[in-house]
Amino acid sequence: MNARLLPYVLILPVTLFLGVFFLYPFVLVAKLAFVGSEGLSLENFRDVISYWKFPISLKNTMLLAAVVVPVQLALALLMATMVNRMEKGRDLVLYIWTIPLGISDLAAGIIWLAIFEQSGFLNSMMTGLGLSDGPVNFLSYQNPGIVFLAIALAEIWRATAIMLVILVAGIGLIPKEYYEAAEVFGASPWQRFRRITLPMLRPSLQTALILRVVLAFEVFAVVAALGGTLFPVLMGEIYAYQFDLQNTNAAAALALIVLAISVVFTLIILRALRVPKGATI
Amino acid sequence: MTDAATTLVDQSRTRSSGRWLYAASITLLCAWVIVPLYLLLINTLSAPETVNSFPKSFIPEFDLGSLQFFAGFRGMLEALRNSIVVALLTMVMSVLIGAPAGYALSRFEFRGKELFRMLILLTRAFPLPLLALPLAVLFIRTGLDDTAFGLALVHTTLALPFAVLITFSLFSGIPVELEEAAWTLGCTRLTAFTKVVLPLILPGITASAIFAFVISWNEVFAAAVLTIENRTLTAFLLQTLGEAPMHLKFAGGFILVVPALIFIFAVRKYLFAMWGIANR
Repeated sequence: MNARLLPYVLILPVTLFLGVFFLYPFVLVAKLAFVGSEGLSLENFRDVISYWKFPISLKNTMLLAAVVVPVQLALALLMATMVNRMEKGRDLVLYIWTIPLGISDLAAGIIWLAIFEQSGFLNSMMTGLGLSDGPVNFLSYQNPGIVFLAIALAEIWRATAIMLVILVAGIGLIPKEYYEAAEVFGASPWQRFRRITLPMLRPSLQTALILRVVLAFEVFAVVAALGGTLFPVLMGEIYAYQFDLQNTNAAAALALIVLAISVVFTLIILRALRVPKGATI
Repeated sequence: MTDAATTLVDQSRTRSSGRWLYAASITLLCAWVIVPLYLLLINTLSAPETVNSFPKSFIPEFDLGSLQFFAGFRGMLEALRNSIVVALLTMVMSVLIGAPAGYALSRFEFRGKELFRMLILLTRAFPLPLLALPLAVLFIRTGLDDTAFGLALVHTTLALPFAVLITFSLFSGIPVELEEAAWTLGCTRLTAFTKVVLPLILPGITASAIFAFVISWNEVFAAAVLTIENRTLTAFLLQTLGEAPMHLKFAGGFILVVPALIFIFAVRKYLFAMWGIANR
């Protein structure tokens, strides 16, 4: 086959597929969102935004992302640097640390439910240690702080691994000579981390953050398993519009809002961590 | 002399305490991952009565009651089967469609390459499960609603960008020279690919296929939106979260986790190679 045409033939299936199932649905979702009772209007958006649950679910989603993502970033950086200087048992430790990568958010929610439910392990331990008299119902409306904590812990537990993998791969690409040179000039481990690892890691940090932040706005099943209706989030509200209220147009309007938030944050991260041209390894 | 000796002792003391701290934190972080999984295992391997009793023992009693209840729950086994079917379809489609593009990105310089890469990377900046909403309407019109194939199409959209980037990174790891040598020895482009590149790349392709399988297996939102009668395991569990007894949730969660453990073990060698170049 003509070598000039071959690459286009090879990328054609993906392009077509993404065209039909990625780009086209965007047009559709936008159409659904802007169609009101009489032609095109912002009616759906007004309905969705003025609903009393909107501010609280927006706040919850944002707050959760604001707490979870920085903790995950710090934890993943710590783990990646720790594993980097490891000689023995590196493979085993990395295997264990990346296990949550394959675990679904629903399963993660159920796992942490086993800990936080009323007859769960946290209550069993606290009673066993004599810290409380009987089982406490942690996941109830009386304990909004603990509900939040349980959800945040489940999210941190589950999704730190994806950042870890990206950062470990990124650190592996940094030439060892840089560290050797820095050591010759007497740089401390902290300085080496600040002046070499962090700047060289920018592209990986960028990817890891975008992936995580977008996923954080999608939080849904963990919350459904742990908080139920106690902790409304945006994705849960979309699901409720679609199923309980049978209002696809409102669901689409809310979906567009989530999309817009995701895109804005992606752009912010891209800009904040941009890599100067020609500065890649 | 004594001064030098004390500083030496001091140094080795700080070093050994530093090493101790290092080992302790690694152990602690391993425990942070494993202990919750272990607790789920205890609940899964306990009789339903034990799961709902208080306080809990921290040792499993190896009773299959909960798992039997799970298997006997109406619709659960069908949901499990649906999950497997959808995940297998996703796996096959995303590799068959994605791998050629990965090869093209690694071997050719062509106009529009950057644009194509942008399209792939763009998919990451969007919460893709949301696309299930308009597709639900579209599928009803085309008769794909509530089918394994329809859901697999959406899951393939999720897995495809990963398949392209991972195979791109894998193909980049195989020197073009190998292929060129095969050409000079009388291979065509196709036979050079099937005889030289494919055997080398096959384990990596398998790894990315498993990755696609797990993406589909784990997906909750689109599955819950797009299936009604033929629910997948995640969608079924989500639907029953409100009323299901605890032991059913835990057994279900455990069944969801098992493939994950196998998956990470199977692809552990490729995990980092896959992510290394793919993210630049």
